[in-house]
Amino acid sequence: MSLTVDIRHRLATFELDIQFESNGRLTAVFGPSGSGKTSLVNLIAGLLEPQEGRIAADGRVLVDTGKGIFVPRHKRRIGYVFQDARLFPHMTVSQNLRYGRFFVPTSERYGDVEGVVRLLGIGHLLERRPNSLSGGEKQRVAIGRALLASPRLLLMDEPLASLDDQRKAEIMPYVEQLRDEAGIPIVYVSHSLAEVARLATDVVVLDAGRVAASGATSDILRQLDLLPEEERAEGGVVLDMIVDSHDAAFGISTLTSPAGEIQVAGLDMKPRSAVRIRIRARDVIVSTVRPQGLSALNVLSGVISGISTGGGPFADVLINCGGQSVSARITRQSSETLGLRPGQPVFAIIKSVSFDRANIADFGREPAVAADATRTERVG
Amino acid sequence: MQSLQWLLDLTPDEWAAVRLSIRVSTVAMIFSLPLGIAVALLLARGRFWGKSVLNGIVHLPLILPPVVTGYLLLLTFGRRGPAGAFLEQYYGIVFSFRWTGAALACAIMAFPLMVRAIRLSVEAVDRKLETAAGTLGANPVWVFATITLPLILPGIIAGMILCFAKAMGEFGATITFVSNIPGETQTLPSAIYTFTQIPGGNSGAMRLTIISIIIAMTALIASEVLARRAARRLAIE
Repeated sequence: MSLTVDIRHRLATFELDIQFESNGRLTAVFGPSGSGKTSLVNLIAGLLEPQEGRIAADGRVLVDTGKGIFVPRHKRRIGYVFQDARLFPHMTVSQNLRYGRFFVPTSERYGDVEGVVRLLGIGHLLERRPNSLSGGEKQRVAIGRALLASPRLLLMDEPLASLDDQRKAEIMPYVEQLRDEAGIPIVYVSHSLAEVARLATDVVVLDAGRVAASGATSDILRQLDLLPEEERAEGGVVLDMIVDSHDAAFGISTLTSPAGEIQVAGLDMKPRSAVRIRIRARDVIVSTVRPQGLSALNVLSGVISGISTGGGPFADVLINCGGQSVSARITRQSSETLGLRPGQPVFAIIKSVSFDRANIADFGREPAVAADATRTERVG
Repeated sequence: MQSLQWLLDLTPDEWAAVRLSIRVSTVAMIFSLPLGIAVALLLARGRFWGKSVLNGIVHLPLILPPVVTGYLLLLTFGRRGPAGAFLEQYYGIVFSFRWTGAALACAIMAFPLMVRAIRLSVEAVDRKLETAAGTLGANPVWVFATITLPLILPGIIAGMILCFAKAMGEFGATITFVSNIPGETQTLPSAIYTFTQIPGGNSGAMRLTIISIIIAMTALIASEVLARRAARRLAIE
């Protein structure tokens, strides 16, 4: 599956000029409010017609202003999960779910109602009316409704934005399952770094209607300058790791990756399952000598690949650990005192990592319970 | 019991007036419904040149004296009127001095009320729901049939009942256009009017007045029940 977008479109307040191509399973469209994220998905869905340009999904041209092609929205087979679920109030949950199915030729239908209902955990809601559902339940039904229309591409426009943290945690595992199991490419709009880091395989960063960067999630998150102001202090990296072993006596699990080993408090996961962790830049300490007498468990050794300093008191040190990058947010003063420079071998002491239990390749069981889905572990 | 006997002891002409009124109102309501929905949609959503002119024309019967509307109908749909002559020659439809003319007059007089009720409910529909239906594969016709129409159903029911009630009471335009012929164009209001014009007609006028009230109340209660049922389906109670 590939998504190609190359459009120019003037809106009331600014102009969209967007070119990117993505082959990811879940492509996050990331950027501050008003950067054109929703307009971009509306263009892909056919709710907006671009003044100029071309959009193709999976080799199928949806819009090409040069050739006068504009496929109307109901023929695009692109699922759309709106920020406000937009369930039909005059239908039951079950009727909402089956709505789109009716319009798909039998030969092109995939998935089944029972399977989707099970995947999203909405079996007990089927006979209810949308207005009696909670925000999280509505969003799950909306996801199910979009899925059952057998879309070729699924657009999700900040599906979690209107929900509180607990509801977000309730839905995230379902989105992950969708990404890993359903096999439908997803375009996911968000302005939350935490969501992007957790869910995305690829990221397109939008800023004022232009693509500021696009590529694999781990590459993008490393480039802190791309992040919106409020998230910048949060900067960090994402590492894909494998569960290696468990130490029952201490309740410690060891994760491995080319960057080195990371130990965390016991994870209830099978060895060799994949887990994605996020290391925030401010949780990393840089040392020029191998630290001793420290309580921190996790020390990665690497080589400084770059130091970026903004105008402020902080410097971001990028450390290459066995091919994977870890970034550390330290003060410029410390950087000067230690005499840090690119090429220098250093040690990154990691104070804490964030990871989520549901983000596991082992999907045979029920998704993790809501409150437990995301944890930040202080390891040391 | 005796009073009930008195109430139902109608002369053939009085029965004819009751039956005719119900028939005229029902026909007026049913035939103006599709056009009423279309005009309500146009006025609520359309952006076209002359929209305020259309709005004015639709509302004109509400403001004009009914006699004027009736006279205009006579000029247009009378046997010698342009529309009347055309319809008679090509379709064999005659309006003047027929019950069909009474239905036409009632429909036109009630049209603004029907359009207003439906238009309000169209304007209340969240268009985002229609967009959502479009992304699920429904073409515009299906979107209308499965989303818009069910959502405006309470407004349609209200519009139909208003139309029926207005048609039951219509007098001025009807009597001007199709006169007051017993058994053909004498509706309930015309019959009551006739009774008040003859000596000893009080008893007959009172009977028909009570029957008018019963029909009107029944229609209103029926609409109330239907609208509540529709609203419950929408869960907006």
